[in-house]
Amino acid sequence: MTRPIVRLRDVTVAYDRHPAVHHLSGIFLAGSMTAIAGPNGAGKSTLLKALMGQLPLASGSIEREALNPAEIAYLAQAAEIDRRFPITVGDAILLGAWRQTGAFRAVSRDSAAEARRALASVGLTDFERRSIGSLSAGQFQRVLFARLLLQDAKVILLDEPFTAIDTRTTRDLLELMQSWHREGRTVITVLHDFEQVRAHFPETLLLAREPIAWGPTATTMVHSNLHRAQLMAEQWDEEAEICQAQGRSAA
Amino acid sequence: MPGARSERRVSLYQFLVAPFVDYGFLRRALVACFALGLGSGPIGVLLMLRRMSLMGDAMSHAVLPGAAIGFLVAGDLSLPAMGFGGLIAGLGVAVLSGLVSRSTPLREDASFASFYLASLAFGVLIVSFRGSNIDLLHVLFGTILGIDSTALYFIGGITSFTIVVLAVIYRPLVVECFDAGFLRAVEGRGSVYHFLFLFLVVLNLVAGFQALGTLMAVGLMMLPAAVAQLWARTLPQMIAIATGTATASGFIGLVASYHLGFASGPTIILTASLIYAASLLLGPSAAIRRLMPRPHVAG
Repeated sequence: MTRPIVRLRDVTVAYDRHPAVHHLSGIFLAGSMTAIAGPNGAGKSTLLKALMGQLPLASGSIEREALNPAEIAYLAQAAEIDRRFPITVGDAILLGAWRQTGAFRAVSRDSAAEARRALASVGLTDFERRSIGSLSAGQFQRVLFARLLLQDAKVILLDEPFTAIDTRTTRDLLELMQSWHREGRTVITVLHDFEQVRAHFPETLLLAREPIAWGPTATTMVHSNLHRAQLMAEQWDEEAEICQAQGRSAA
Repeated sequence: MPGARSERRVSLYQFLVAPFVDYGFLRRALVACFALGLGSGPIGVLLMLRRMSLMGDAMSHAVLPGAAIGFLVAGDLSLPAMGFGGLIAGLGVAVLSGLVSRSTPLREDASFASFYLASLAFGVLIVSFRGSNIDLLHVLFGTILGIDSTALYFIGGITSFTIVVLAVIYRPLVVECFDAGFLRAVEGRGSVYHFLFLFLVVLNLVAGFQALGTLMAVGLMMLPAAVAQLWARTLPQMIAIATGTATASGFIGLVASYHLGFASGPTIILTASLIYAASLLLGPSAAIRRLMPRPHVAG
């Protein structure tokens, strides 16, 4: 359980030459459950996308120890998903079987049965024929978690999964994340609710473009660190600092 | 009275069917409309769901300079020459504005708008340079009654190709609309499908180009798609309704233009607009039902 699964070495990600994540080094251990917390604009979502390999790094490297892309599941922020798209709940969940179906192959009976089980385990039994447009925000988030269940990934990345979600759903979905943790999966979640972080996540990375602290939640989420993160956020100046490391860009 | 009824049937036959039996050019126009509807229906629905409705419009203008150069080279309104030119120009604008939006602060719709305005002006300039005003009218508004068998094969070929490609890439296309981040995560190359789709859009605009002209070819895509969104809840239903609307507009438009002596292309598009207007009033998510809500208890 103490094997590193993702290793970051001096990672800098920049938009338009201004760093969004700055000189971040560290290790996500296999089977760890980490919250990424920090003020707005701290580069939390950017870091997740970089972990997925979707953004070019301005410097440094991210090593995914023997992971192929299908073993990493990613749940984008709710705003990036078109909730009015005419697709049924069943079809949306079956996308989680992408590793079996790919872009072109047929859906197997096993996958369909698994999708029904996943739907039941998020508390939406018999919803598969409903269109996603008819669901509430909380129900829709349950559907996306069912899709994650079907993906059966070793590493699960979630970006603000509980924004605008009712407390009951949040509680159920947090429980689901705990069960992934018990199954030995690596869970990395961007969260803005510090209470949730303290209550449910053993590890925390506190980020304010630069890493403030990374380690056990009890030692990272202390007042002095949070204060420092807040101070850095207040000092952010869009015209400031064009990082020296920008010159040597490694895609 | 059997006599009266059969007389009535004859008149209906004469009204709806006889024009196509009597005139080959109407028959070819009808087949062209059906082929265009089969291709443009699904393409239009997907364009609309991707929030690219205006992009289709911009693309159809971008086709013009290429078609105009094809017209100059071939010397007459030959669909293959103009179609090939239009295809090159349309794809060029699509790729260029994609590059501009990735490397500058301009969003994709803004860069599309600038490119298509330039293309439209350039295209009209080229046509008026060599051709007559009649030629210009033909290029802008189409000559659906002038479609010959070569053009028909050309349109039919594009439609068949479109349907086959759409069937193959249906799943990634749907996922890219619904949750682009998911497709990037599992597949790592969503943009391949995006460009394939843009290619199909340009191809279908080129197919619709002789029939309806650069300015109206997009009408057979977007109006049926809008109608479909008003009636259907699932994507397969939407595609079926859009295709049905497009082909029905073609048939009704041709019949109406024959009997009333109207220009055919505009009549077809106006028919589609009328269906759209009727759907706005009568469809399940129609405006009129929102204005007059029924009490939910009494029904």
